[in-house]
Amino acid sequence: MAKVTLKGVKKSYGQVKAIHGIDMEIRDGEFIVIVGPSGCGKSTLLRMIAGLEVITEGTISIGDRVVNDIEPADRDIAMVFQNYALYPHMSVYQNMSYGLRIRGMSKDDIEKRVQRAAEILQLQPYLQRKPRELSGGQRQRVAMGRAIVREPSVFLFDEPLSNLDAKLRVQMRLEIKRLHQQLGVTSIYVTHDQVEAMTLADRLVVMNLGRADQIGAPHEVYSRPATTYVGGFIGSPAMNFLNCRVAGSAGSAQAVLADGTALPLPAGWNVPEGEYQLGIRPEHLQLAREGEQPHVVLEVDVAEELGADTLLHGRIAGEELVARVPSNAGYHDASHPGLVVDMASAHLFDRESGLRIAV
Amino acid sequence: MEKRVVFQNKFLPYMLVAPQIAITIIFFFWPASQAIVQSVLREDAFGITSHFVGLDNFVALLEDEYYLNSFRVTALFSFLVTTIGLSLSLLLAVTADRLIRGTTLYKTLLIWPYAVAPAVAGALWGFVFLPGPGILAYLLKQMGIDWNFHLNGGQAMLVVVIAATWKQISYNFLFFLAGLQSIPKSLVEAAAIDGAGPIRRFWTIVLPLLSPTLFFLIVVNVVYAFFETFGVIHSLTRGGPAKATEILVYKVWYDGFEAQDLGGSSAQSVILMVIVIALTVVQFRYIERKVHY
Amino acid sequence: MIERRPVADAVGHLLLIVTIIIVAFPIYLAIIAASHTIQGISQVPMPLLPGAEFFTNVARALMEGPQIVGVGRGTSALTLMSNSLIMAMAIAVGKIIISLLSAFAIVYFRFPLKNFFFWMIFITLMLPVEVRIIPTYKVVADLGMLDTYTGLVLPLIASATATFLFRQFFMTVPDELVEAARIDGAGPMRFFWDVLVPLSRTSIAAMFVIQFIYGWNQYLWPLLIAAAPEYQTIVLAIGRLMRAPDAYEEWPLIMGMAFLALLPPVLVVVLMQRWFVKGLVETEK
Repeated sequence: MAKVTLKGVKKSYGQVKAIHGIDMEIRDGEFIVIVGPSGCGKSTLLRMIAGLEVITEGTISIGDRVVNDIEPADRDIAMVFQNYALYPHMSVYQNMSYGLRIRGMSKDDIEKRVQRAAEILQLQPYLQRKPRELSGGQRQRVAMGRAIVREPSVFLFDEPLSNLDAKLRVQMRLEIKRLHQQLGVTSIYVTHDQVEAMTLADRLVVMNLGRADQIGAPHEVYSRPATTYVGGFIGSPAMNFLNCRVAGSAGSAQAVLADGTALPLPAGWNVPEGEYQLGIRPEHLQLAREGEQPHVVLEVDVAEELGADTLLHGRIAGEELVARVPSNAGYHDASHPGLVVDMASAHLFDRESGLRIAV
Repeated sequence: MEKRVVFQNKFLPYMLVAPQIAITIIFFFWPASQAIVQSVLREDAFGITSHFVGLDNFVALLEDEYYLNSFRVTALFSFLVTTIGLSLSLLLAVTADRLIRGTTLYKTLLIWPYAVAPAVAGALWGFVFLPGPGILAYLLKQMGIDWNFHLNGGQAMLVVVIAATWKQISYNFLFFLAGLQSIPKSLVEAAAIDGAGPIRRFWTIVLPLLSPTLFFLIVVNVVYAFFETFGVIHSLTRGGPAKATEILVYKVWYDGFEAQDLGGSSAQSVILMVIVIALTVVQFRYIERKVHY
Repeated sequence: MIERRPVADAVGHLLLIVTIIIVAFPIYLAIIAASHTIQGISQVPMPLLPGAEFFTNVARALMEGPQIVGVGRGTSALTLMSNSLIMAMAIAVGKIIISLLSAFAIVYFRFPLKNFFFWMIFITLMLPVEVRIIPTYKVVADLGMLDTYTGLVLPLIASATATFLFRQFFMTVPDELVEAARIDGAGPMRFFWDVLVPLSRTSIAAMFVIQFIYGWNQYLWPLLIAAAPEYQTIVLAIGRLMRAPDAYEEWPLIMGMAFLALLPPVLVVVLMQRWFVKGLVETEK
């Protein structure tokens, strides 16, 4: 087990800059998730840590060793691929033991390790089968088994659950989490699915076009997003963004929406007057209680009933908004609920840079 | 068309291609260049020295009645082999394709002539057509036809065409069948619903979609007739009677090895090289089209 | 066909069956010839049913060979067939090995001259041995390889078709397998041997069938290179015997030998039909 350090890591393909400079310290035993949409550079970053891509600038260290020029096989890492990358003509046992055989391990040691991994992943009945005789979930477990038997310092996961159906994904997510609790190996996990990211990570790295917009624990990334991008990416449904103007001085300042609706800023906030983006999560738009004066009235276009909650999609001040309310309140399409904005949980973002304003 | 992931070794790839490249240079490029060199030389009467004669050998060939005859013979031969072979195979493939049962069995039973060497095919058909006590000769005699392909040029051409085509039927059949089976059923069904009968469907839908395969096979058959039928000629007619079946490749061999005319034979080789290159270029142009189709 | 046409179906079956009979006819006739004595064959008309001499003739062909001038008196079919076998196996196996290595280098490595070598190999598609017989013969003669197995085999062993087939297959192997192997610690040759070659099994089988037949059926090249009787191949022998002046005396034997000559390749094709068809259709691309 080891810590992984990235200093000023950059990647260019000719003139095209794919990664603009990443700095990160991953602690020993930590489960780090790199999350972002397609093309943001997360897989490239992972592959540079693995040694499958050349590092254009900067250093990557595993433990205390700079590994820039070291072959993947010698970095003491193991990788789980999106498409499993199992050798089709080898049995499960042979797939899992291949790396160990190359390293010249004794047959007994190999047997011990493979059996142990098979037990952890419940693969014992399948050891003699070929990959084509296995289901998607089983293949994924074999891929993980192959990584486990190596007993590496770092596990690398490249979107391992993307090819599984939704139900299986939920199941495997839990298995991966349990595995990490059991083995405690430093893990770097790449995904585009923010639910996976939130549930698995000790810390998240939210990537956007080759940059790490924020690195932090799930709770922090969720409740104190560093940029509009992070705010909009994490959390489902996405955070609402409304244009507003801050007027007034501390203590009595207000965020004024395009249609003149004034929302009072919390007392302790110290924000210079100006044009901002107001970010509010759907669950922070609550139904006004009996006798409470609503801040806004939502013109609902479409209501999506999810079961316990209902998502109300509508418009406020000419901009689109989603609110999450309890289903038993009985609001449907074309209704006009009065909503109260939980301003303490709202955020203000700079209109140009998207950075969150510290209050 | 390159793999994203490659190995980084510097010397290993050279060692891996070395055997093929070495043999290619020693046995392909060097001899080919020698053929070109030889074709512009002429040996003196004693075969001791040669001197440069430019394109004289080529000119001589084009004025040589025997060479022109060989060209005509080859053209006729390849034309017959190609058209007869392709039409018969297409008919068989279409027939086999529309049958629900038995296609695999027919395939197995028609596939094996491919494995027979042209020379052996020549021997077999030579026996079938044997003049004198041969079975066909006997039947034809009953009908009043004197059969002896050792004496009659037209008959000789007939025999070699049959022997050569017989072999190719499997190959063409397999490719046509594969081509037919790759036409989506939904297209043919849509045409039927639109009101097209089987004959019209064949000409307007099946054949156009089969055309890449068809072009490919035309080229392959022509190349086959030009180059791979040496064994047929050598075992059946030795180019006779009176050069009636002396195809180009046979003449190259004969002139070079039996008649010892190195310059002339080399010039003939060069001309053949040009023909092959042209045919191969055509072949790859059409395959290119097929991929984009 | 979409319409139900039982009559057309019946005609179709009939056509195919008749074709199969016509196609098989020469072989049948050869068996007849090989199963009579020379006197039996000489009757006019020829008998249309097999006689009893098949195995006698074949045995004599195998042990003694035809007793006429043509191939060297008394070269047994056994010798001829073993030469053919050596040539066919050596060409098939040799080609497969060389082409696997070349295709591997071209697909999985980047090196200067790669494209140059690729085109070099490609061009050989356009140069069948028939267009360069004299100078190639000279090279072989100069290297002292006349009347040797090496001379028979080596010039035919570097073909582009096999290389291209393997290259095409390698392109379809997922990149992730290479990466997983790299992380597992496998170097290029290890990957080649442990992963790539096993995955190429079907292509290798297909190539084997095609190249075995190609090697076995070689005619022009052995004609030039193998002058000594003990190096002749059976296909070559048949061709030469057909035109020998006294061939008539040994028709049954020669037909028996023709049968022997076509038997191994036909067996290979029929038994390995699946791979053969796959290989043919793949090389088209």
